[in-house]
Amino acid sequence: MLKIKTPRTHRAQRALEKRAPKLVENGKKTLILHGTKTSNLLNSVLTQIYHLKRDSAVNYTKKNENIRPFESGGETSLEFFSLKTDCSLFVFGSHSKKRPNNLVLGRMYDHHVYDLVEVGVENFRPIESFEYDKKITPRIGSKPFFAFIGEGFESVEELKHLKEVLLDLFGGEVVENLNLGGIDRVFVCTATSSTTILFMHCALRLKRSGTSLPRMELVEVGPSMDLVVRRHSLPNDSLKKEAMKTASDQPKKKIKNVSSDIVQGKIGKIYIPDQQVGNMPLSNDIRGLKRERREAKKNKVNGEDQSKKRKMDPQ
Amino acid sequence: MGAETYQIDLGNLMAFDPSHHFQSIPSAREDLVKECLQKGTELVQAIANALFSLPSTEDPDGPIVHLPQPTTRLPREKHLPKPKPPTKWELFAKAKGIKNRKKDKRVFDEQTGAWKRRHGYDRVNDDKDVPIIEAKLTDEPGEDPFAQRKVEKKKRVEKQEKNRLQNLKQAMKAGALPSHVQLAATALPITGSQKEAPKKASKEELENVAGMAATATASGGKFDKKLPGEKAPKHAGKFRKFLPVVEGKGMGTQEKQQTEKILNQLMAKSSHDILDVNKAVTMFNVKKERQRKKEKDREVFNTSNKLKPKKKSLKKSSKKKN
Repeated sequence: MLKIKTPRTHRAQRALEKRAPKLVENGKKTLILHGTKTSNLLNSVLTQIYHLKRDSAVNYTKKNENIRPFESGGETSLEFFSLKTDCSLFVFGSHSKKRPNNLVLGRMYDHHVYDLVEVGVENFRPIESFEYDKKITPRIGSKPFFAFIGEGFESVEELKHLKEVLLDLFGGEVVENLNLGGIDRVFVCTATSSTTILFMHCALRLKRSGTSLPRMELVEVGPSMDLVVRRHSLPNDSLKKEAMKTASDQPKKKIKNVSSDIVQGKIGKIYIPDQQVGNMPLSNDIRGLKRERREAKKNKVNGEDQSKKRKMDPQ
Repeated sequence: MGAETYQIDLGNLMAFDPSHHFQSIPSAREDLVKECLQKGTELVQAIANALFSLPSTEDPDGPIVHLPQPTTRLPREKHLPKPKPPTKWELFAKAKGIKNRKKDKRVFDEQTGAWKRRHGYDRVNDDKDVPIIEAKLTDEPGEDPFAQRKVEKKKRVEKQEKNRLQNLKQAMKAGALPSHVQLAATALPITGSQKEAPKKASKEELENVAGMAATATASGGKFDKKLPGEKAPKHAGKFRKFLPVVEGKGMGTQEKQQTEKILNQLMAKSSHDILDVNKAVTMFNVKKERQRKKEKDREVFNTSNKLKPKKKSLKKSSKKKN
């Protein structure tokens, strides 16, 4: 016996439909959590990443003992959290003697682990240690620029993977139209060696130049750290193929009040609201009153002369 | 610093310089940072040049630019939604060529002469509102046509629900269940009395399953490797204490203590703390003796000689010789 369960409230229905798989997806949310042991440095790294991604991230504060992303059984908790919070990206921090200041950046497909990159954090400088003019601070949710420097991002497998993951993590929402006035920030990643990259977050200042193209100025603002790639796991080919599939055609948007007829061709309907004759505000420039005004002015002038004459009389 | 060709992905606002070589990584961090910032500025300038040369539309918030499709493709978050399989009615309509006609919300009701809604409260052609039902030749005298109508309506509704469930099951098979619907197994299946409904295993039961299987091993599952999150198996039964084989130096033997403890327990069952059995028995006997004596005296006092029972002398001479 099967029973059909539907949500009882509209709010619940909307929440379910928000989480359903769609052709054009919502922005990816990030889950930030940590394992049994974290260092002070790692805690501040995690909170700063959360601040960078304020609206689209969920920050978990409890320690999770049984999460081991690289082991086959140790990711069930992660998948459960991803399902409950609807997050498809995660940042998992842990600290051990073998892997100090460890961050695992991971992605999910259908709430199962898709791929992972494990990096170690070195030379971390928090936001507070930078001095800059507070007016140019980048706003939360603005679409960032990315600058990747170094041949390592093309030649080394791990760095290529890390580049993709960083794009996903910090890229923000996928947008079609961009407001040129809202360009705020840039993430600069430099491959200093075949295993490490220098990750910096800078604010953008657009300065006047002679031409219509503004001159860009970078001011270092946010956290800066060295990421040392330790391990990574790529998805298997079939899963990758499935995840990269896109719907080739755009969904046809129905245009309302337009129909086509065989005889007349394209027909449109226009709906005009009822005219409220009684409530119309009268404007001062009504053409019909022009002659009246002219006459009124004429009379006024005559009246003034008369008054002047009157004044002179008592004198 | 290499060629000036950067790979620019405008859809993602990304620029990549593949040709940059660090001839020697500057040892001082500040120099490194400065160099990176410089290079970054060049790249960002390149992106901005490309961006600002796109055709922009004016808006009160600022110039808006339509970004091209990103060149670096990123994986999806969830699978593509699968198309819903057509329902039974849809298949039938397609086969017959029935087209869906748009219906108005308000319908003119001839009976009342007013515009009523098609569905809902106070609707047109409501089954319940019919005041008189004419009797047909086929009707039996005892039947209630209004009740019949109610029963028929109920049957129609049930049929529709069954069809809806079937359609949803088909959709579930195709993996295209609508996001707000869940199909849940509720009761026992009516068909097949032997089959038990698959019971939903509780969390505790699942935790114990591995432990139950582990007892088949030679050491009772004590040294099995555990999965992360698995708890130690529960010990069933009592814990026994075994004495050591070799005694150390101490007050007395542990064995002696153990046996003494057992003996005391046994004796305690027969001995009573409050009641001393022997004393109680003697007291009882003494009491009884006294009672008997009292009764005898009374008897002697009360009865006369005549009614004295013949005392049979036990002498041999008293016996009559026959």
